[in-house]
Amino acid sequence: MSTTDTAILRIDNPQVAIEELNLFYGESQALKDLTFGIPGQQVTALIGPSGCGKSTLIRCINRMNDLVDGLRIEGAITINGENINDPSLDVIELRRKVGMVFQKWNPFPKSIYENIVYGLRIAGIQDKSVLDEAAEKCLKRAALWDEVKDRLHQSAMGLSGGQMQRLCIARAIAVNPEIILMDEPCSALDPRSTGRIEDLIRELRGEYTIIIVTHNMQQAARISDYTAYMYLGELIEYGPTQRLFTMPEKKETEDYITGRFG
Amino acid sequence: MTKKFLRQGEPFVWATGLALSLILFLTLILFYVVMANGLAVFWPKKVALATLQDGRFMLGEIVQEEIIPHTDNKRLQFKIGNRDLYGLDFKWVDASEITSLTYPKDVHVLERLEYGNFYGYLSALEVKGIAPPASGSNSLALTIDALEDRKVEVHLLGKKIANLNRRVEKIDHHLATARYNKEENTPALAALQGEKQGLKTEFEALVSILGEKSAALATNQAIFTDANGRTKAIALPNIVRSYQPNNMSFFAKCGYYLERLRELLFDEPRESNTEGGLFPAIFGTVMLIFLMSILSFPLGVLAGIYLREYAREGWLVKMVRIAVNNLAGIPSIVYGIFGLGFFVYGIGGTIDQLFYPERLPAPTFGTGGILWTSLTLGLLTVPVVIVATEEALGSIPPGIREGSQALAATKLQTLTRILLPMASPGILTGFILAMARAAGEVAPLMLTGVVKLAPALPLDGVFPYLHLDRKFMHLGFHIYDIGFQSPNVEAAKPMVYVTTMLLILIVLAMTSTAIHLRNKMRQRHSVVDV
Repeated sequence: MSTTDTAILRIDNPQVAIEELNLFYGESQALKDLTFGIPGQQVTALIGPSGCGKSTLIRCINRMNDLVDGLRIEGAITINGENINDPSLDVIELRRKVGMVFQKWNPFPKSIYENIVYGLRIAGIQDKSVLDEAAEKCLKRAALWDEVKDRLHQSAMGLSGGQMQRLCIARAIAVNPEIILMDEPCSALDPRSTGRIEDLIRELRGEYTIIIVTHNMQQAARISDYTAYMYLGELIEYGPTQRLFTMPEKKETEDYITGRFG
Repeated sequence: MTKKFLRQGEPFVWATGLALSLILFLTLILFYVVMANGLAVFWPKKVALATLQDGRFMLGEIVQEEIIPHTDNKRLQFKIGNRDLYGLDFKWVDASEITSLTYPKDVHVLERLEYGNFYGYLSALEVKGIAPPASGSNSLALTIDALEDRKVEVHLLGKKIANLNRRVEKIDHHLATARYNKEENTPALAALQGEKQGLKTEFEALVSILGEKSAALATNQAIFTDANGRTKAIALPNIVRSYQPNNMSFFAKCGYYLERLRELLFDEPRESNTEGGLFPAIFGTVMLIFLMSILSFPLGVLAGIYLREYAREGWLVKMVRIAVNNLAGIPSIVYGIFGLGFFVYGIGGTIDQLFYPERLPAPTFGTGGILWTSLTLGLLTVPVVIVATEEALGSIPPGIREGSQALAATKLQTLTRILLPMASPGILTGFILAMARAAGEVAPLMLTGVVKLAPALPLDGVFPYLHLDRKFMHLGFHIYDIGFQSPNVEAAKPMVYVTTMLLILIVLAMTSTAIHLRNKMRQRHSVVDV
């Protein structure tokens, strides 16, 4: 894919720049020669059919794939100009900058309060007033405060699915990252909870750079500023959401977003 | 019809229920037999006077009765005691030979330091140095009480002598060290020799005083007659306890029962372990389990963590896992032999050569001891802990790990703050199994440090307080010893039941504490998946 491809938007001063990224699981190639930039403080959606490599890509950005055996990466991902695949880079520092919310909510079997302040405690903060303040701020930010303020010290396992997912978002915000990765955060939620999370993402826009993987094209259209369409590990089209959904340049993109394929 | 019947799976449900009830039934029977026999041991039994057809009498507790094979006649087993008179404690008598059975009120039962119980009638008391007691049914008990002060005095003298002995031993040890270091004629050495000489004189003086006092005490005696009128003089200090079971009220019996229970739990054994208390064995058992846990629990958990969290999954790890699982199936006697060869002779022998050469050839650590036994048992139980740790960690959903790492936690932080608390109930389950197994093992103990009668506890008030090199007593071994190695197996039978009951109760108490702890952990760290 050449860099002159008009279907792929060029972003000036991207916060996250992906350059000629190839990723292999053993022999099979999961990501093919990806090159594009993601702007700061905006919401960027990755869409595409199952198995197209969206989740794999997003997990590269905070090096979550380090945990996977037999995985090989070529090319570069830079955040604020720094190559995150550099062996000298401290992964812990990177993950402090890049938070992540998973498809399946995963609160720890601790109290709601302990879930929120976990990242801060890990970072070595012990001052109770700082922790209390952060917990309240993040829960309010995640629009969960009113629902849980009376049971902060009860187990997080007693919350509903949607509440748990918002708790996970609040937990990610608590460590004050620059970028939040969301891997299909609503795919296991009912429409009402999904709506609340979308509201939340809209709220967070402008303060954080959000990269969201979604199956749901309406969702991408509703909440994102930029959208990338991927297919079989390749980037097919990338541009402002408005344009991509109304006037896709590529036939494949059009087929997918109109539901003729995928 | 049958097809529908089979489809409903009813027979299978029956089979599962049946299997469970069979297991429960067998367990309950075991528990019942042990409890029923164990709890009844200390209840005072009536003493029967049997008049036999040939005109002779027999006095004793009726222990059991059975039908003589191939006939309709019964026979009774009497515990007749008086081993010093008759040479045997138990006697079978055909019921047809007995013309009458009565329970005379004035029968005395004596528990003695030697020769077991005595059954007979009190005919006279010969006491010196104290006022002769008023004659009455409890005159014997009163006299024995009156001698208590003098008995205590003798006992304290004995303790003093033991103390002196220990000091002499210590000096001997110093002297041996000096001899080993080829020191001769130094002033320090001379001083030691002098001190030893002084102690020896003191020791001999005390021993002769003790001899006089005990002899004086032993002149206080009671004259008893047995069922057929034979008389027997019994020194009062030899009587541990006397009672008249046919003349006891219910509350007196309860008091006797509690007194025996106290003796069981807090006193030392007597008469080659068939009588007296079990305190050293109880202490040894509990301490062994504790030491074993301290050694094997951290080791097993760490190994399990490595296998699950750090080792790269591959054929080597698979082999290790299979090996660990198989370790749990090795007969425990093999562990005992390994412990003897590796720990006792290998490590213990090396320690002796390096640190206690002056005492050789007498071993210090190069012989069985509670440390080596704990290590051997630790090795035996560690596979269970490893497997439990691995499975508990493995059953934590991967999302939890990722969630923690995505929040910039290191692997170690994830492990200590999230994974281990979550795995703790599972790990504790393994630990409970390991503990129960260790508590019941006897074979490896016999090779690595358990003894029939240990002179001192492995934990006491003498520096350095914890004596890991000492041999110890153990309830499990005690059962084997008194049940199968005792010179008087029949007399030891009640003690076998009591010991078994105690061992079961101790294991039960320890595991239920652990189970309680596990349930608390489970409540705190459970993952209710939505």
